[in-house]
Amino acid sequence: MLEQLAISTLNGIIYGMLLFMLASGLTLIFGMMGVLNLAHASMYMLGAYLGYQISKTIGFLPALILGPLALGLGGALLERYGLRRVHQHGHVSELLFTFGVAFMIQEAVQMIWGRIGVPYRVPPELDFPLFRLFDTPYPAYRIFVLVLAVAIFVGLFAILSRSRIGLVIRAALTHPNMVGMLGHNVPQVFMLVFGVGAGLAGLAGVIGGPIFVTSPNMAGALGAILFTVVVIGGLGSLPGALLASLLIGLVQTFAVVMDVSLDDFIKAIGVDAKAGNILGDIQHTTIAQIAPILPYLMLLVMLVVRPRGLFGSRDV
Amino acid sequence: MKFARILAGTALAALALTSPAPAQDASTVKLALIDGQSGPNGFIGESMRQHLQFFAERKNAAGGVLGGRKFDVVAFDNKFDPQETIVQLQKAIDAGARYVFHGNSSAVAGAIVDFLEKHNRRNPDKSVLYINFAALDPVLTNDKCSFWHFRFDADVNIRTAAITNQIQKDPSIKKVYLFNQDYSFGKAVRAAATQMLKDKRPDIQIVGDELIPLQKVTDFTPYIAKIRATGADAVISANWGNDLNQLVKTGGELGLPVKWFTYFANGEGGVTALGAAGVGRVFAVSEWHMNVPEATSEKMAEEFGKKFNRDLFFYRLNTVITMLAQSMDEAKTTDPKAVALKLETMAFKTPLGDTYVRAQDHQFYQPLYVSVMSDDVPKKLEKTPFGFKTVGMSAAKETEVPTTCKMQRP
Repeated sequence: MLEQLAISTLNGIIYGMLLFMLASGLTLIFGMMGVLNLAHASMYMLGAYLGYQISKTIGFLPALILGPLALGLGGALLERYGLRRVHQHGHVSELLFTFGVAFMIQEAVQMIWGRIGVPYRVPPELDFPLFRLFDTPYPAYRIFVLVLAVAIFVGLFAILSRSRIGLVIRAALTHPNMVGMLGHNVPQVFMLVFGVGAGLAGLAGVIGGPIFVTSPNMAGALGAILFTVVVIGGLGSLPGALLASLLIGLVQTFAVVMDVSLDDFIKAIGVDAKAGNILGDIQHTTIAQIAPILPYLMLLVMLVVRPRGLFGSRDV
Repeated sequence: MKFARILAGTALAALALTSPAPAQDASTVKLALIDGQSGPNGFIGESMRQHLQFFAERKNAAGGVLGGRKFDVVAFDNKFDPQETIVQLQKAIDAGARYVFHGNSSAVAGAIVDFLEKHNRRNPDKSVLYINFAALDPVLTNDKCSFWHFRFDADVNIRTAAITNQIQKDPSIKKVYLFNQDYSFGKAVRAAATQMLKDKRPDIQIVGDELIPLQKVTDFTPYIAKIRATGADAVISANWGNDLNQLVKTGGELGLPVKWFTYFANGEGGVTALGAAGVGRVFAVSEWHMNVPEATSEKMAEEFGKKFNRDLFFYRLNTVITMLAQSMDEAKTTDPKAVALKLETMAFKTPLGDTYVRAQDHQFYQPLYVSVMSDDVPKKLEKTPFGFKTVGMSAAKETEVPTTCKMQRP
């Protein structure tokens, strides 16, 4: 029991941190520009493919640097020459634009690497059990992911809260016009944030690819969860994104272990099972069975109870 | 998302369907393949089309049917959607097809059966026969069985019979965990496995019975921890796609010491995704695989690989084409009803063993191989160092399962 608790906690945190790496860029872009970047998950996928390609030819370490850089640069250019022009036509155009980009990336990836996925593996340098948690060997690579993600959070948080550029970004989040009038180049800040966001998505792809299966379907699966994180955490809030990511990671992980259903509860309070079988299937559905959809339930509750999210400063 | 997918799908389908203009030759026998040719899973439908074309062309080269008439394969894109299937089915019938082939999704299969039952009743002189070569829901040869439907793939119960035959022979397996997707197919597997294990190995304990939402899980580590906590020796899983690849891959990464008995790990993309994690651990069941030592199929696989740059998989389609042609020759016509009457009583000897159609429910029985992923085999898959190696075989008779089918005959 204790073993499972410890392992589940660790698993939940690592998954949560990976989510955070993706959600951090998304929430900043969303908070600042009011644009839901639908291509964010596709950039994550592209990051995984680039990571695979670069590690195959040069090595994992270069992939870790070049992959995110390439995506960051691509993201910045996309903002500068695409999104910025579309911006004047309103949010719907922007949304459609990012949607188009997501589609382009999807098709391009399928054209270049094929439709069945690629064998992107954990790099051999990190492919060993780091320590034993009770009886279970724990892979070094996952700990590496954890350390990297924590470092990213600390770095981002320090830049946003301590540096001058962070000050401007935070100001631009809430009062873009005022910041512009004070002489700061707000469009450039937007470009920077978009680039960094895309780069982080790319980084998440490069390190997430070997753990998950690198295939054209990987964007679709994660995209929905990401938006959930952003809304629960609050638009534009980095600590909110962190908390929401960890929350979702842990809730999902622990819910899977809970094989109890409403039926058990009804029996426990002493109602005869046959007489009380009024709910049909729902009565016998265990919490474990609905674990993967719990984040969406949390999203709904959050929207009803607190539309601005955990740490958000304004409503969705 | 869906809207755009449909848009792109339509564009692709239009391209695919207009470019090779099918010859309007009255003497050809049209075989319509109705399956998904576009979208993220379109590669599966594409592979099916290539297989069907390949075997039809082989038959044509060997003289065709009825003294020289040729098979003509035409593909229709149903986008994996039951409603679209009906539209495409009507199109296929209008184009003169009397034989419809389909594989992906039992929901689509059900739609085709319903449609043909009505269509064939109203147009007895223009009846259409449905050859199902991959939709596995047992209901199609049980409560919903139809005279106009033949299933040439081993259904859920038959595959489970082959898998449990293998488990029966393996004394190291004492605890089994069932891990399936939460919809009709996953539930059918779980019911069949529970029953058959109880009959064949009453000493085996079923330590877990998981149902996960279809293609919704993004992180499988909690499930791996849960399986580990039960001390299971083997997992039976009918998962497919990402739900399978991710599950087994995560298990390998976290060092979970179980045998995975799967229904689809040998499908396209499987070995690429699983890699070394699957070696010696991942079992699959199929009517044939690349490392079955048999000369004619080896030659076919080689030819197919050269022509389409992918691995031969649907060996059963060769049997289907051969048996269909033989039925036509025996019936001396291509009329589906006459052909079906021949086909339903046909016993046929393939190089791999005896096969036969059971007339009662139109289920085809063939020898089934249980194989394990291995890095020590002559034939590799998908340019990886891995392939599948036979560990057990069940003759057609050994996989037979009872049916509740009460067929309405025309």
